[in-house]
Amino acid sequence: MKLLRAILLRLATMSVTLIGAAVVVFFVIRIVPGNPIAMMLPPGASEDDIARLTAHYGLDKSIFEQFVIWLGGVFQGDFGTSISLRQPVMPLVLGRLPATMELAIFALVIAVVIGGAMALTGVRYRATRTETAIDVANGVGLSIPDFLWALILIVLFGVLMPVFHISGRISPSLDLPFVTQFYVFESIARLRFDLWWDLLKHMFMPALALAIPLAAIISQLLKQSLKETMHLDYVTLSRTKGYGENHVIVSEALPNAVLPTLTLIGVQFTFLIGGTVIIERLFSYEGLGNMAIDAVINRDLPLIQGIVIVFALLFTVINLIVDMTYALLNPRLRHA
Amino acid sequence: MLDGRGTLKRRAGARLWLSGIWLGVMALLALFAPLVSPHDPLTQDLFAGRLPPFWVEGADPAYLLGTDSLGRDVLSRIIHGARIAFSVALVAGIATALVGSLLGLLAGYMRGWVDVVISRLVDIWMAFPPVLFAILLIAVLGTGLTSIIIAIVVIDWTRFCRVVRAEAMNQSAMDYVSSAVVAGRPRMDILWREILPNVLPTIVALLTLEMGIAVIVEAILSFVNLSISSDAPTWGGMIAEGRTSIYQAWWVLAFPLGVLFLTVLSFSQFGEGLKDRFDPVLR
Amino acid sequence: MSAFLTVDNLSASIRGNIRQRVLRSVSFSIDTGEVLGLVGESGAGKSMIGKAILGILPSAVEVVEGEIQLDGHNLMAMKQADRRRLIGATAALIPQDPLTALNPSRRIEPQITNRLVDILGWSKRDARLRALELLDEVHIDNPERVMGSYPHELSGGMRQRVLIASAFAANPKLVVADEPTTALDVTVQKQILRLIRELQTRHETAMVFVTHDLGVVSKVCQRLSVLYGGMVVESSDVPAFFGGPGHAYSRALLAATPKYTDPEASLLPVDEAVIAQVSGEVLAADEGWRHGA
Ligand SMILES: Nc1ncnc2c1ncn2[C@@H]1O[C@H](COP(=O)(O)OP(=O)(O)OP(=O)(O)O)[C@@H](O)[C@H]1O
Ligand SMILES: [Mg+2]
Repeated sequence: MKLLRAILLRLATMSVTLIGAAVVVFFVIRIVPGNPIAMMLPPGASEDDIARLTAHYGLDKSIFEQFVIWLGGVFQGDFGTSISLRQPVMPLVLGRLPATMELAIFALVIAVVIGGAMALTGVRYRATRTETAIDVANGVGLSIPDFLWALILIVLFGVLMPVFHISGRISPSLDLPFVTQFYVFESIARLRFDLWWDLLKHMFMPALALAIPLAAIISQLLKQSLKETMHLDYVTLSRTKGYGENHVIVSEALPNAVLPTLTLIGVQFTFLIGGTVIIERLFSYEGLGNMAIDAVINRDLPLIQGIVIVFALLFTVINLIVDMTYALLNPRLRHA
Repeated sequence: MLDGRGTLKRRAGARLWLSGIWLGVMALLALFAPLVSPHDPLTQDLFAGRLPPFWVEGADPAYLLGTDSLGRDVLSRIIHGARIAFSVALVAGIATALVGSLLGLLAGYMRGWVDVVISRLVDIWMAFPPVLFAILLIAVLGTGLTSIIIAIVVIDWTRFCRVVRAEAMNQSAMDYVSSAVVAGRPRMDILWREILPNVLPTIVALLTLEMGIAVIVEAILSFVNLSISSDAPTWGGMIAEGRTSIYQAWWVLAFPLGVLFLTVLSFSQFGEGLKDRFDPVLR
Repeated sequence: MSAFLTVDNLSASIRGNIRQRVLRSVSFSIDTGEVLGLVGESGAGKSMIGKAILGILPSAVEVVEGEIQLDGHNLMAMKQADRRRLIGATAALIPQDPLTALNPSRRIEPQITNRLVDILGWSKRDARLRALELLDEVHIDNPERVMGSYPHELSGGMRQRVLIASAFAANPKLVVADEPTTALDVTVQKQILRLIRELQTRHETAMVFVTHDLGVVSKVCQRLSVLYGGMVVESSDVPAFFGGPGHAYSRALLAATPKYTDPEASLLPVDEAVIAQVSGEVLAADEGWRHGA
């Protein structure tokens, strides 16, 4: 009963946030100077043509009317029609979302692996030079945002040592058998590991750039909570039982130290997804963020709205999932 | 324990000095840019295009760090770029701190509906990808220095608001606040004279961090070509340009990138160093 | 026959500062089936001795001198992994605070049986049967249910019983009990003490019993060592000690011991002159220690 109420409350605040986000975006972009209709027509189009198309996209109505019409559509899953691409917004956005999700998830995996390994190494060799080196690496990783890491990776591994692709999602020369937009997952399902490998080689640089700051955060927080846990009596007790230090860290300390890091990863993952916008641009990766920047440049109002709402929905859902995972994993909460 | 603390302190000191020196030098260069830069940052010389830095064969020693594809001196552009970067850092950083801290203080201290409204607003803001939001705002406001600063404030006030709100709530629960209330001091007076001084160290630490972020946001916006006029010497603009000619002239990208890297790193390390130095005294 | 555990001239210092000793040339020995009490005020180094034996000193403290012989093995000469395995197979710790000594994210069963399965190679089934038997031995009513519980579902007294069961699970030949009852309330304290004594006698375990309560020593131990500032001030048989301790500090400690009949009288502070005397002895020992080191 209490749980149900908590969930309902969460859903209520979630919808307030989402509607608020919709309102803010809707009204902010209506102030954008520049007529999108004029931009899409060839120069020399008649006043008449412009007026006709403006009416077609409903842009001649008052802002409030436009808002009501748009919101009504949103509730039915209709985000309107993109002005620059002349297609319905919904399928456009859903077509690009998988690429962004695959990139973000790959980045998250890299961050967890690197950050986790660094934290465990730092605790295993605590109070040695190794730990100091890890602390310094964490400090640098935390201070420099993904945008700069991306540029550094481009210089290092795209130009000086060209080992990775720094542009696109997949080699354009390949024939693609895919029916979904989840290329990575589908290539595994089809056992086409050649395609899978090509995708990973394209994703690795942008994903690494997104992953480095998060890896540093994970490493720092996990190491700190591991070190606190290592002093606890039950960890010491397990040492007297004859276990080696690695076992003590991994099976006794880690499960209890991981919880705060987990909540943090949730929030940080939404930041990471936010970072894909500029990173996709840098690496010409055909995801949602890249499309978003084009949409802003083209003043494509319906498309911008659609993309922002999808991002907002994604962020709130991720936060909800994190909270529920936290409740599930914590035995004290589970049995309370 | 003792030993560990000893080395830690030394490291904190070194990082405060190193980052402080870098920021000081960059600030001075920014201040005296017209005096110290060897060339005019805007002068094009198409016959001196893409000259490499001085140690590479074919360099012209007059252009220490080489020239870009239009023959503009990279070093001079970096120095003049520091002007823009540091102006943005200073003004946007302080403005963001003011707006965010004010809202955070009010929310954390007043609680009630003020808190509800502000917190909800923060939630809504956190639902936007910040870079996309920034680009959108520049599209609305038009390019230029003022627009960038406004955009940074609008996007990033939540960073201060969240932290300051939590801190103000902590402080409000302390005994010195209760005794001030009992003494009959006006509410706002307590907020400004009792709570604010105790939250200030947190705000200052966040401020240096925010300055680094402001520099990055400016660079990102220049990179997407939405910042100032594309001619003006901004680090982000140089990076964007260098990115297109990266295979022919790596130095056009590498030097501004290196300077941006060190500056952002220094801002955050300076903040951390300050916090380490003053924390034990204040707590 | 040589003793089961011998600690010889053991000194431990703060890491990086060898002259700052927490243990000052400590020596004692324990035979099989014998209980040695370690007493002294807070900070005297009682826990440090137990931790040094079990190899779990805090990272800021290191052994700088001395030998520990356990069951014929020279612990200080062993590789860390071998030493841990030997300790795991022959020794066990009953910790001071049962609230923090159980892993909060694991059920009770694996916390009792993991040593048996992982270190000693028992089958899961045997280990489970042994755990049930032990929970019964420590007078837990519903062993099946407790085995499936998480620590936070048990009371403090029950947790300490679980920890005692866990300590005795592998038939250890040495048990270090570090103030096993201080975190519990008084009525439970007595039961737990009786239980430890019972198991120790039944299993013929050698035991190091750390406490600051001389009343407990008189009930549980055969011999005792009095510590001050990490130095053994006096070692003696329990009856002889209570008959009339030799050292002034021991006498003062005994005078300050709570009497169950008159708890108020127990709060007498140790006389300042005695403290001055014993502190002087500690300083003198430091003077003579490792000249030129
Ligand atoms: N982690 C540590 N680092 C450095 N010194 C320590 C550490 N833990 C304990 N000490 C020092 O070692 C000395 C002995 O501590 P120990 O824990 O053995 O005392 P104790 O006799 O068990 O006291 P209590 O009855 O309070 O448990 C103390 O003076 C203490 O200051
Ligand atoms: Mg102790």
